[in-house]
Amino acid sequence: MKVALFIPCFIDAFFPEVGIATLELLEKTGCSVVYPFDQTCCGQPMGNSGCEADARGAEALFVKNFADYDYVVSPSGSCVHHVRDHFTAVEQDAATRKVRASTYELVEFLHDVLKITDFPWAEFPHKVGLHNSCGTLRRLGHASPSELNVAPWSKPLDLLRGVKGIEFVTPQRPDECCGFGGTFCVTEEPVSARMGYDKVRDHAGAGAEYIVSADMSCLMHQKGCAERLGMPLRFIHIAQILNGARH
Amino acid sequence: MANDIFTDKKVDHVKGSRQFIADEPHIAFHDKRLWTLRDLRDKEAHGIAEWEQLRELASAIKSHTLTHLADYLEEFERNATANGVTVHWAKDAAEHNRIVHEILSARGVDTLVKSKSMLTEECNMRPYLQDRGMTVVETDLGERIQQLDDEPPSHIVVPAVHKLAKDVAEVFAETIGTDRSNADPHYLAEGMRQDTRPYFIKAGAGMTGCNFAVAETGTVVTCTNEGNADLSGNVPPLYIASIGIEKLIPKMEHLGVFIRMLSRSALGSPITQYTSHFRAPRAGGESHFILVDNGRSERLAMDDFWYSLKCIRCGACMNTCPVYRRSGGLSYGGVYAGPIGAIINPTFDLKKYSALPFASTLNGSCSNVCPVKINIHEQIYKWRQIVVEQGQVSFVKKESMKLAGKVLADPKRYRAWSSGAGKAMASLPRAFLYNPFNAWGKQRELPEPPGQTFHQWYAANRKPEQET
Repeated sequence: MKVALFIPCFIDAFFPEVGIATLELLEKTGCSVVYPFDQTCCGQPMGNSGCEADARGAEALFVKNFADYDYVVSPSGSCVHHVRDHFTAVEQDAATRKVRASTYELVEFLHDVLKITDFPWAEFPHKVGLHNSCGTLRRLGHASPSELNVAPWSKPLDLLRGVKGIEFVTPQRPDECCGFGGTFCVTEEPVSARMGYDKVRDHAGAGAEYIVSADMSCLMHQKGCAERLGMPLRFIHIAQILNGARH
Repeated sequence: MANDIFTDKKVDHVKGSRQFIADEPHIAFHDKRLWTLRDLRDKEAHGIAEWEQLRELASAIKSHTLTHLADYLEEFERNATANGVTVHWAKDAAEHNRIVHEILSARGVDTLVKSKSMLTEECNMRPYLQDRGMTVVETDLGERIQQLDDEPPSHIVVPAVHKLAKDVAEVFAETIGTDRSNADPHYLAEGMRQDTRPYFIKAGAGMTGCNFAVAETGTVVTCTNEGNADLSGNVPPLYIASIGIEKLIPKMEHLGVFIRMLSRSALGSPITQYTSHFRAPRAGGESHFILVDNGRSERLAMDDFWYSLKCIRCGACMNTCPVYRRSGGLSYGGVYAGPIGAIINPTFDLKKYSALPFASTLNGSCSNVCPVKINIHEQIYKWRQIVVEQGQVSFVKKESMKLAGKVLADPKRYRAWSSGAGKAMASLPRAFLYNPFNAWGKQRELPEPPGQTFHQWYAANRKPEQET
């Protein structure tokens, strides 16, 4: 299967290892992966700030880069949520509509499209707390949110259960937002930091050594909080674990 | 704390939240108390197999009513009038207050007891009546605490939830003479009871809000826990109910759908202690119902925002909101706080409340707990676009987003930024004004910029698909 890889701006700039793990993981599952070289960003930071008009250029470039592919895969839930639900600054022509319908977040692509739940090369002998970002949880349907009276499911757990040696620990508030929230993290700094502190303390209280998530932005925020608090928590993207990282 | 709700002063949510967070005992209690309510709500919601179906039904009933509102309002008026109630129509807060004052003064009433009503808060009724020489007594414990402290309610169901028992002890010691050193909740509640109960006997009139107004019977329904609404509505000879026009439901048979969800959503209890139906004046007494618009018709005409009128004021969105729990209701500077405040207050005054749609992580939990399925977080996102369109964001933010948009639309400029990420923000002229790392670094460590970007790694290790 031919897949176009979308590596969002902040992963490109700050967490190249997540991009590399995603690329290698997709190749291990038998995909032929293309990385359109002129890609930048999906436009989310501008849209999220209320400046939709300023997202037009980034969105148009995104369409140009990815219009030729049936599957666009990204290791970032919030960016995929933007493309799928808020990508409206650019003209909604056939190419835009196709791109919006063809963009997948990595976990859902593995789980729903490739239908893979076994990762024989992966082993992660640690206590892990899963962080479902709010965008993946409530917009992309990664898992059942605690507020809804629905039969429980969890796509990331389905995948992680295929990893040898992994042990899960559950915080008291499993799906409380961590406070990153995109531009919220700087515009509403006091609440954002407090939420991050509460989150990492909750995870640490449950005995987690690692926090794993499909959203690196939440992890960046939580890592910044944990480091400032001097906590020994470690943070890892789900792509890295599924690709076989041991620590 | 000064009450700026009824001034033009722009709300600074960040400043308010910073003050709230700086006080550890208060924020810790507030967050935990409201999380407990949310937790109890979850247990109740999960205990009813058809919960999600009830939400669908409630949403459909409200949507139907709102799209046929004029007919139901007239039906309500007809039936209430036939029951012997006098029905009044108030287009705004000023008219509502004038009507209440006229009813009271025409009968020589100088003391009014009332139970909790967000609508009378919205109309700022109490000061209006007090300025005209009337004594107005809140009889709901939380609302009374806030009245005695001269502070607006911080939550639509638990108005004094931001206060610790010791704060209440202070307020009561200052105002009703309880023992300052005794912060036992039972003692304080009894102190308030002793102080306030005599007013039920003394008052010439009683007032309540309205949870549901049933069109087919002309009935006002209130859902309360303390019994004070029943005392307010039944002891004095004159009864007045303030009713927001969105409170209508068509038939009595629809009430059960809402009653099953209201208290479960609000407090995680199956039902309120009292579900009271006010239908007709008692023998020798008088009843007045005031139907209040105050901006609701305008909101009903807003394509993206009319759904907020489905709200039954349960407060579930506030309890679940991680931002509200950590900033306190007063930081929203409006009658309505939390997620529902973020989408309702801007309809009253966009400029004043332009910060509220940004006081959210868009996490969507509010929409999931809402018993009438208001798409709250989607409306918050839409309000953000409107706030910017209307020029209600700072020059700095606007410019920095314009610049980010330009950089991110241009691969060359973007590469220049990303390959020097971390340092590069400072090298961009406008962004220097609004360097996000300043805010990031206050309480968080910055991520270490790596040796190379993913793009550089790819160029070095793989065959690029297309050359820039």
